[in-house]
Amino acid sequence: MNAQATQSSEKVVNVEQAVQPLLSVRNLRVWYELKRFGFLHAGYVKAVDNVNFDLPAGESIAVVGESGCGKSSLMKAILGLVKPYEGDIVFEGHSIWDGGRERMRAYNMEVGYVQQDPYGALPPFMTIRRILAEPLILAGIKDKDEQLDRIVRSLEEVKVTPPSDFLNKYPHMLSGGQQQRIVIARALIRNPKMLIADEPVSMLDASVRVEILKLLKDVQEERGLSVVYITHDLSTVRYFSERIFVMYAGKLVEQAKTNEILSNPQFPYTWALLNAISDPLHENATKLRKIPPGEPPSLIEPPKGCRFHPRCSRAIEGLCDTEEPPIQEVAEPGHYTACWLYHEKGKQHESAA
Amino acid sequence: MHSHKEEQDQALHVNDLVLYFQLTHGVVQAVDHISFSLPKQRAVVVIGESGCGKTSMGHALTRLLPRNVHRYSGEIYIDGMETMRLDDEEYRVQVRWTKISLVPQAAMNALNPVLKLRDQVLEPLLLHEPDLSQEEGMERVREVLRFVGVPEGFIDRYPFELSGGMRQRVVIAMALITNPTVIVLDEPTSALDVLTQANIYNVLKRIKWEMGTSFVLITHDVATSSELADDVLVMYAGQLMEYSSADLFFDKPLHPYAQMLMAAVPKLHGDEDLHFIPGKPPSLLSPPTGCRFADRCPHAFDKCADEPPVFRLGTRTVKCWLFEDKADEIASPAGATMQSGGNS
Repeated sequence: MNAQATQSSEKVVNVEQAVQPLLSVRNLRVWYELKRFGFLHAGYVKAVDNVNFDLPAGESIAVVGESGCGKSSLMKAILGLVKPYEGDIVFEGHSIWDGGRERMRAYNMEVGYVQQDPYGALPPFMTIRRILAEPLILAGIKDKDEQLDRIVRSLEEVKVTPPSDFLNKYPHMLSGGQQQRIVIARALIRNPKMLIADEPVSMLDASVRVEILKLLKDVQEERGLSVVYITHDLSTVRYFSERIFVMYAGKLVEQAKTNEILSNPQFPYTWALLNAISDPLHENATKLRKIPPGEPPSLIEPPKGCRFHPRCSRAIEGLCDTEEPPIQEVAEPGHYTACWLYHEKGKQHESAA
Repeated sequence: MHSHKEEQDQALHVNDLVLYFQLTHGVVQAVDHISFSLPKQRAVVVIGESGCGKTSMGHALTRLLPRNVHRYSGEIYIDGMETMRLDDEEYRVQVRWTKISLVPQAAMNALNPVLKLRDQVLEPLLLHEPDLSQEEGMERVREVLRFVGVPEGFIDRYPFELSGGMRQRVVIAMALITNPTVIVLDEPTSALDVLTQANIYNVLKRIKWEMGTSFVLITHDVATSSELADDVLVMYAGQLMEYSSADLFFDKPLHPYAQMLMAAVPKLHGDEDLHFIPGKPPSLLSPPTGCRFADRCPHAFDKCADEPPVFRLGTRTVKCWLFEDKADEIASPAGATMQSGGNS
């Protein structure tokens, strides 16, 4: 599986050089305005602050971070559900906000969305057949036979078989794993080019979790889908994504190939995240884990300089708390991080101190 | 007849615990003849898929039962005291909170939204030590809150002013303040971030080491549970499948179900492929006769049509016919109390 993953990411790199990426996120800022008494301006919640990345066709990336780090806002911006305060989402070379409702509708047809909680995401009063027909109706497919044909095929694809047994069932009659398969089928039924998966397995049992991850991986490889996988669980990412993006307090702090991040993390927050995840070993019970003190900062007034510096064990006084670190390539090609520790300026500061 | 000595030394000794629920269309066998012993200052992790009866077992241990109980029987010794003989009022006064306390699932929402933390944490203490003065009580509140890592200044706050991790710490502080022998934790960190999760486990470890408390940790997150585990109890379809010390279990689980469960755990390091368990657990309304895992088991053979007894192998117990030859003895026969009416 690993060999496969590296192979396909190499292929993707070539594609990246040749053609434009499927999705580009440009200087994205998602800020929510705060009001006092309902009309007075009282600052912004800077949920996503200056995020840039490209997603080539056929690649699967993971965005990881704690709750409140802005990953859901990033996802909403990519889906076009919130209008960015600044910056742009570019899909196949065109901004999704350029061209009004028609353009947005066309974009929505190209993107599938897998929600976190399958039970909450499926309307309880609709049959599976009706749930899966909805996206087709919105896409203008009115013919009942064609609808049914596509519904059956898509149920087969997500291995809810035999489809005829499920068409007239309601969501509560299915197990959690089957519900999540229906959600995936709904996301895929219009043959999107891109899939956004928001914690697709966090609500599921351990054994079912693996099943759903494998299903998503198979579908992604078969259809050559681009996937943005949003999660806080780094241990599942390895089985699914080729690149990892680490977010902290609204910033993208590190990005690299999955194996790179896992074996050679550079940003101190990434160290902490990896250090906090347990593999099932009995030695774990004999020692305390080292966790950075404190909690993630407020996004209304984030710390000056590097946003992680108040919790960082390696913070350089006079630099990390005043100046924001630029994002730069470190270690391997394609491995980027925004940390002064790897910058000339940081090294000068450290030797001076 | 087992020796009385053994039960005295244990923090928790459970013998043949049964909890069935009555529904209109049948009886749900949520906890089916479970026996185990937990020494002091040790933690046992109860793992299994959802619907396997883990939470019901936690409720059976703390006797927090709904009205539709069909059968609740067995023996539960806590700190050497047999608690099943007590009536509900005696149990409330003598056992709950003072000997065993429960941190419920979704503990983040278990706090009363209109009470300040100080009053909330003080409440169980006042109920069980009515002679305590307000000042002495507050001193204890400050002490436990400090211990679980809630800052001093938070004492006058309301629950909504705290983050999820902080609320979880407060609930643990409440369970701890009466200094019980055993704390039952039901999915204590499943809604929390990884860093917060690791922090809570650090707190639990310190409680175990410094205060000598024993834990029953109910979870489906096998990897994280290893942070606290001294022993592992694997449950499937209401029954105990394997009980083993953590070092032996994580090295090599015995029961085929335990092996498959471990193969489904995503790991950060190493490059084994993940495997899922095909099929789904049986209904607890009419579980199959014979081994309940047989349908999904790759090693199933003729014998599995009969229910296996619990075999003892050294310090471990396992409910599987594969170990009949290697077993030292039968720890408890299949369907142990089906025939028995009196106590032994």
